[in-house]
Order: sequence, then structure tokens, then C-alpha cells
Amino acid sequence: MDFWLTDDQQALGDMVSAFAADRFALDGLPDAEDTGTVMDRDRWTSLAELGVFSLAADGMGMREAAVVFEQLGAGLVPGPLVSTWLAAGLVDGAADGSTIVGMLEVQPGATLVEHADLIDACLLMSGDTVWLVPVGALELERIERPLDPGAPVWQVTGPVTPEALGATAIATGDDAETLYLTGVVLTAALQLGVAVAAGQLATAYAKEREQFGRPIGGFQAVKHLCADMLVKAEVARAAVYAAACALDGASDDDPAVAASAAKVVAGEAALANGRYGIQVHGGMGFTWEVHAQRYWKRAVSLDVSFGSISTHCEIMADAL
Amino acid sequence: MDLRYNEQEEAFRMELRAWLADVLPELGPKPQRDDWVARRAYDANWQRMLFDAGYAGINWPVEYGGRGATPTEHLVFLEETERARAPYVGMNFVGLLHAGPTLVVEATEAQKQDHLPGILRGDEIWCQGFSEPNAGSDLASLRTKAVRDGDDYVLSGQKIWTSFAHVADYCEILVRTDPDAAKHKGITWLIMPMDTPGIDIRPLRTMEGSTEFAEMFLDEVRVPVANRVGAENDGWRVAMVTLSFERGTAFVSEMLQTLELCHDLADLAKKVTSHGATAWDDRGLRRELGHLAAELDALWALTKRNISEATRKGLVGVGGNVFKLAYSDLRHRLGELALQLLERASLSLDDIGDLPTGAHVQGRIHGISISIAAGTSQVQKNIVAERVLGLPKDR
Repeated sequence: MDFWLTDDQQALGDMVSAFAADRFALDGLPDAEDTGTVMDRDRWTSLAELGVFSLAADGMGMREAAVVFEQLGAGLVPGPLVSTWLAAGLVDGAADGSTIVGMLEVQPGATLVEHADLIDACLLMSGDTVWLVPVGALELERIERPLDPGAPVWQVTGPVTPEALGATAIATGDDAETLYLTGVVLTAALQLGVAVAAGQLATAYAKEREQFGRPIGGFQAVKHLCADMLVKAEVARAAVYAAACALDGASDDDPAVAASAAKVVAGEAALANGRYGIQVHGGMGFTWEVHAQRYWKRAVSLDVSFGSISTHCEIMADAL
Repeated sequence: MDLRYNEQEEAFRMELRAWLADVLPELGPKPQRDDWVARRAYDANWQRMLFDAGYAGINWPVEYGGRGATPTEHLVFLEETERARAPYVGMNFVGLLHAGPTLVVEATEAQKQDHLPGILRGDEIWCQGFSEPNAGSDLASLRTKAVRDGDDYVLSGQKIWTSFAHVADYCEILVRTDPDAAKHKGITWLIMPMDTPGIDIRPLRTMEGSTEFAEMFLDEVRVPVANRVGAENDGWRVAMVTLSFERGTAFVSEMLQTLELCHDLADLAKKVTSHGATAWDDRGLRRELGHLAAELDALWALTKRNISEATRKGLVGVGGNVFKLAYSDLRHRLGELALQLLERASLSLDDIGDLPTGAHVQGRIHGISISIAAGTSQVQKNIVAERVLGLPKDR
């Protein structure tokens, strides 16, 4: 047993982290949000060129994918990263970035699709089948004020069944199940990254910001929040890496249970750290000016992707 | 990164499993909780069995009679003994996991010869005299004084939380040898024989009703200078040496019991009925239990991460503090859920009919101790914030 990142895995994470800081610098976000250009084809292609969507084809497994997605989450890199990753190998152009594949998660009365202006198609997981839906088949209405400016959303106002949408089945049975679990774990990896980065931002702020003549991080009430954030993130890290090992067959654990555990714990860590991060920033945390709020908003949008905390808690209970 | 055990680890597991299956049936029934004499005999017997089979001091170096196992083999040892319901380390805890490892690094050759074989065989029971009524989280402020008189130190003061003091043979004790030095600089680590005149033990009843804890009053107790481990006034460093032995395995048995407790709670929820439905039919309760199960799985993974870090680097990093903080919190919530499920049956520490009330209520009480023992959660958070995150020490 050696449940620790290898040097190669660590280096892979460092590389993606540096790339995200360079191409998706957080300081550029406020402008991009105002102009609705948080993601574009050029930068999407740069992700593909980095190899983000072709990890599997390059012989890498879920462990490497989790490391990569953790850093994309930490860098608040927007876009349908998980669904395009799942489509790579099944949908032409997904791996090289020329086809952008989103996700159609059906919720009666409120079926919302993210990045509809960017994607070419989306995945629809229904029963034991994964379908590919051309984006043109969807009747869409733009939501004017999305919660997460990094995840603009459209409401699907027309039918959402595979038949009505002229969808093509791209995976069934065990393959479809594996795709779903992979999506769950990659989303959890993004959540892990959000949790880590929100904690780091708040901790850095707590060292700088002075009140009552000293850094607020010296007050136990504040430093304990920072410690709590580290605890949440590190517990989530263990769960996410364990789920990645399970999907790679590098563990005796049931992949479905490990995936649900990761989604619950990482989802909770991202939401809590997003919230604590705003709290540590005080009034400024409530403004658009600082990034603290962006982590919480991303935490919300990731929680309702590939099954929320509640959904996966029930799966965990059923497995008991 | 791989969670699977390698061939050597699996071979060790199989060998141990076979041995346990062979010897455990010979072991008599567990003694009553507060029958300390019988418990000592039971724990000593088990330690002797481990010793004879080559499993004593699993993590001790081979040159001192240990097995020199890797942290992962230690994990396997704890998994298999727990799985087979073998006795826990019990009264040998301080000797095997605390005082012994300190002696291995810090003691003179004569001190090692005097004590290490006895600890490994289960012949010597140790207790710990570190905390005092006014030195808990702030251990370095301890005041029990030791005054040099010829070849002896003369000890006076009071210790607390001295588990098994009434049946122990030796005490690893921290005393103040220089009252004028800075608080960390005037402390000395001594081996105190428990049959020395002047030691008075008073049991301290825990909220579980157990008398495992004790207060220890010292009135001019003479301890030979030859029993000093490390230099005079260097005891704080000697005491800290013990901490460096932690390889992420401290909570393995606890964790395995808690995983089982979580399953038992699900079974209980399916059994308990109220208003014509079982507790399990309550979606909110199911979700809460599922939430706890997810966190438990995460903490089990974190345990393996910490053990892997110890294997690679020789030490567990912040993961040790992270584990304790998260686990403490989880045990509180799991325990609350159990009481909520049991409703009025939670008023009984004894089983009621076929309801396993005792285990769950007892478990709830035990859960309260975890966020306090070995560093309260509040102190743990200070440590994480100051030493790991680098936040100012200023309170």
C-alpha cells in the first residue's frame, strides 16, 4: 500500500496549477464575467493541447485525472470540463478540443444546461444509457442572472427525452455506469480544488488584514475557521484520491461507494470552505471585488452536478 | 498511489490470521471492567502470547526485541486483531506505545536492559505521570517538584489522568527540576517505581462510571538519579520524542470499531419503530447516517494516507491533527444520532430486550472523550493554524 502521490503525479498537478494561473488568471475574471466571456474556444483548445481531455488516451488513469481536475477546480477554470472528459474517446473531437460537450441533467420543471453558447452537444444520462444530444435539438432560454458567473445557464423549455431530442446512445450498461461514476469523481476532484483554494485565500487574507492593531489570523475565532478549512480540504482529499484509486482498480473498495463518499465529503468541504472563506473576508467577502464569493458559487454549481450531497448520502445509507 | 496491499503485507496478514484463529479460542472470557487485578492478568497473558509468537512490539526496532514492522504491517496487525476480536493493548498501552519507544531512543543501555524485555513480555505495566490539575493543555507549566538529595530526587506534587496507576509497576513521570528556568527548560523525565513509599493513588471516576483514571499524590517520593532518562532539565525534549513514534496507526482500532458502529446503527434504525414506521423509513435520518458513513470512509482513507506518509517520510504530517479533529467531530454526531434513534431506551446503559442499548449509549459517552484526550480540539486547531498555516501565535 502506498496511498500518496507519486513524484510524477505531483509534477502533473504542479504543471496544471501553473497553466491555470497563467491562462485563467483570476484577476481577469471580473471583466470576463461582465462581458460573458469566461471561456472561449481558444482557451478551451489550450486545455485540450495541455492534454486535459486526452489523459486516458495517453495511458493515464483516474488518479492522474483527479490530480488534474483538483487543480482546475482550484484555479476556478470554467466550462464543461467533466462532460467533455467523459466524451473524449466516444465523441469525435472531444479529446482535441474541437467538440465541446456539456451535460444535460434533467430536473422536472428546471432543467438547466451550463455553457449552452459554448457547447456543440451534451451528454444525457438516463437509466443505463448515456446519450449524446446535439445542442441544436434543445429549445433553450437564457437565464439572465446565473448564480455562478463562471457557469452561465440556459433553461431547456422543450422536451428532454432522448427520443424527442434525436439522441444517439454512446454507452450502455457497465460502460454507462463507469462513465457516471467517473463524472462523480471528477466533479468531486474539482470540489476538492475549490475547497483547498478557498482555504488558502482566506488564510492569506487572515495574515494580512489587521484589526485591533494585529492580523486577524491571530484571533482564535478566526484562526480556528482557517484550521477548519484545512481539515475539511484534507479529509476531502483522502476521499477523492481513494475514489480515484477504486475506479482505477487500485483498491479493494467498491467504486460506487467510494465515488459517493467522495462527492459527499468534497461537496461539503467546497461549500463549507466557500462560506468560511467569505466569512474570514468580512464585508469585503460579500463583494464582487474579492474572489472569496466565486469559490462558494462554484461549490454550489458543482454540488448540483452528478448528484448532490443529499443524493449521494442516500446511496451511502443504502450501502450500509 | 495505490491502496492495495502488496504481497509481503498480504503474506503477513495470512500468517497472523492463521495464528489468531489458532490461539484466540484458548483465551478465557474478558474480565469485568473495573476488576483491575484480573484485567492486569488478562492483558499480561495476551502480551505474553504475542511475545512468544513474535508479535510483541510490532513497531519496535528488531534490536530491542520488536518486530520492526512497517507502518502498513502495523495497520494490518491492528486490522486483523480487531477483525478477530482479539484483546486490545489494554494496560500495556503506556509501556508498549509510550514509555518503551522513548526508552529505545533516550535511555542508557542499563535502563533498556532493565525495562524493555519486561514491557515486551507483558511483565511490566507502566503508567503515565505527565498531566497535573493545573497543567493540562499547557503541560509545560507542570509543578510537581523534584529536589536533588544525594543520589536521589525527592518528588512532591500531584498528577492526574494516571490510568492504571493502582496496578502499574512503573511510571514515566515529568517533574520540575529547575523552578527558575523557562517553563520548557526545567523539566526532567524519570522512571518512578510505583512501590516507592510516599505515592498515594486515588481513583478518579469517569463519566462512563469507570475507575480507569486516577489521581496520584506524591509526598517526598525518593527516585534514584540513575532512573533519569536524558539529561536533567531536558525532559521536555525527551517527552516530545514519543510523539515522533506516531506512524498514523493510533486510531486504527477505534476507526474499525466506529465503522462497525455505523453499520450497527443502520441495523438498529431498521428495527426501531415509531408511529408505525421504522426509523429507517425516515429519509432525513437515512441521509444523516449516509453522510456519517461517507465521512467515515473518508477518514479511513485518511488513515491510510497518514500511514503511507509515515512510510515515505518517517513521520505523519498535519494529517494526524486533521484526522483527530475530524474524527472527534464525527463521533459526537454519530453518538447523538444513536441516542436520537433509541429515544427513551437511551436512558439505559444496559441492553433492553434485544435492543443493543448498552453499546450505543456507552459509545456515545466514549465519543465525548475523543475531542478532549491527547490534546483538545481547540488546542489541535491552534496547532494546525499556527504551525501548519503559519498564522500568528497572538491570541
